[in-house]
Amino acid sequence: MSDNPLGFTPNEMMTIAASRALRNDDVCFVGIGAPSAACNVARLTHAPDITLIYESGTIGTAPDVLPLSIGDGELCETAVTTVAVPEMFRYWLQGGRISIGFLGAAQLDKFGNINTTVIGDYLHPKTRLPGGGGAPEIATSSKQIYITMAQTKRGMVEKIDFFTSFGHGEGRDHRKRLGIDTSGPTLLITDLAIWKPDPVTKEFTVVSLHPGVTRQQVQESCGWVVKFAEALDETPAPSELELKTLRDLQARTKAAHEGTGKAKAA
Amino acid sequence: MVKFLPLKQAVAENLNDDDTVAFEGFTHLIPTAAAHEAIRQGFRDLTLVRMTPDLIYDQMIGMGMAKKIVFSYVGNPGVGLLRRARDAIENGFPRSIEIEEHSHAGMANAYEAGAAGLPCAVFRGYRGAGLAAVNPNIKSVTCPFTGEVLAAVPSIRPDVTFIHAQKADRQGNVLVEGIIGIQKEAVLAAKRAVVTVEEVVDNFDDLHPNLTVLPRWTIAAISVVPGGSHPSYAHGYYARDNAAYLEWDEIAADREKFQAWMQANVLEKSAGDFAARVEHLRKAA
Repeated sequence: MSDNPLGFTPNEMMTIAASRALRNDDVCFVGIGAPSAACNVARLTHAPDITLIYESGTIGTAPDVLPLSIGDGELCETAVTTVAVPEMFRYWLQGGRISIGFLGAAQLDKFGNINTTVIGDYLHPKTRLPGGGGAPEIATSSKQIYITMAQTKRGMVEKIDFFTSFGHGEGRDHRKRLGIDTSGPTLLITDLAIWKPDPVTKEFTVVSLHPGVTRQQVQESCGWVVKFAEALDETPAPSELELKTLRDLQARTKAAHEGTGKAKAA
Repeated sequence: MVKFLPLKQAVAENLNDDDTVAFEGFTHLIPTAAAHEAIRQGFRDLTLVRMTPDLIYDQMIGMGMAKKIVFSYVGNPGVGLLRRARDAIENGFPRSIEIEEHSHAGMANAYEAGAAGLPCAVFRGYRGAGLAAVNPNIKSVTCPFTGEVLAAVPSIRPDVTFIHAQKADRQGNVLVEGIIGIQKEAVLAAKRAVVTVEEVVDNFDDLHPNLTVLPRWTIAAISVVPGGSHPSYAHGYYARDNAAYLEWDEIAADREKFQAWMQANVLEKSAGDFAARVEHLRKAA
């Protein structure tokens, strides 16, 4: 990173680039972890009226700190309303009210298919991961899907071990052939680059490199042969305000989550 | 009609070996005290149903009480994996368990169908998802009006459901508020329901008319267990003990450490020990 006077990290760049993709009028179904940070930075900067929804039933929530789980108390206390879990999935998600489903991934392929279920064989797994939770239906009922994850060769693979959440399947019109009428993954934000699906093949293609990142770095931390757009942009570096907002949010979060442990020790 | 009972008796009267049982709570109001009482009484061959198994099922699986789990997210929320559940699934330790895996939408719809007295739930789900290929209980039906192919799963009808709630009135009606999760559906879907509560109040006369109240005749037994949800939380009473969830990751990672923790914190304790565990979390609520 040659020109980085603010000293931002690749992960901070990822979260901030992801936050910029969200709009003030979006209704966003938020996955825990990196998506949650990005969505709340958006809310605290350029998208104050964004509707954030967590699968525990909290609609229009505005937490002061990032929740550790999707059901932390603050999500409910700051929400416009809190509904039961079946209502969440039936009326709000299946009913077509969600503009953006924002997901993370343990394993991702180039067509935006996600695995968070198992590494290895399903019945005899090498590693049993937590599974899909709400993601299988978020992936097909939200109007669009944004994905964010840090790049590794283990995480971004040619072939995922299990189709937890369907992206573009084998590419091209695979969603349409299954009768899925939503757009699926339209954006991937990693710690190195911004990716969009090719309009025809639906394969994720790098459209913007984060400041100081090379094509070689992107390829070396990705398990498939990376395609780059002809006109490759450079992602604007985080602004002072964006970076301060993210760091303050993470500092508040850290203090809050460690707080209960300290009080116990005292 | 509902009975107010000590937790030990409520569990003994309502849970049996081989039962299909749901201890529900979606991150909030998890019935930890009831699960620990079930562990102390040593039930065997249970089919454990829950959307988000989390720590209490990790503990029950680790103690060898489960023959099968039905779930949609087998993780420690916000922390990572459930290591006792993993040991059972990956290595058959302490015993092998059968798994039936769904999505949240699938489980939520299945509970709702159970509460509604239907044999199955129909919804738009599992499209392109690998679970449909590995779970024979995920099937499809064609809409007779539009021809759309929809997912179908059998309804969930537990023998007994355990939940934790904020309060009961003296008659035994129960109030649940905050993140209400799947509790109402899980109670109404079950043959019997047992509720632990933070406290009993004289009446519910001053409540808002649309709150989630389970009438007393839908519940078999109520036990008063302050703090009974710890390390989960009770909205209005005490905050989630996030540090305990982080600590669990280390405890559950090692078989012997797990056994020692269970001995000291569950087997040698009782429902009365929960109140002290949430003292430091009350101010934060």
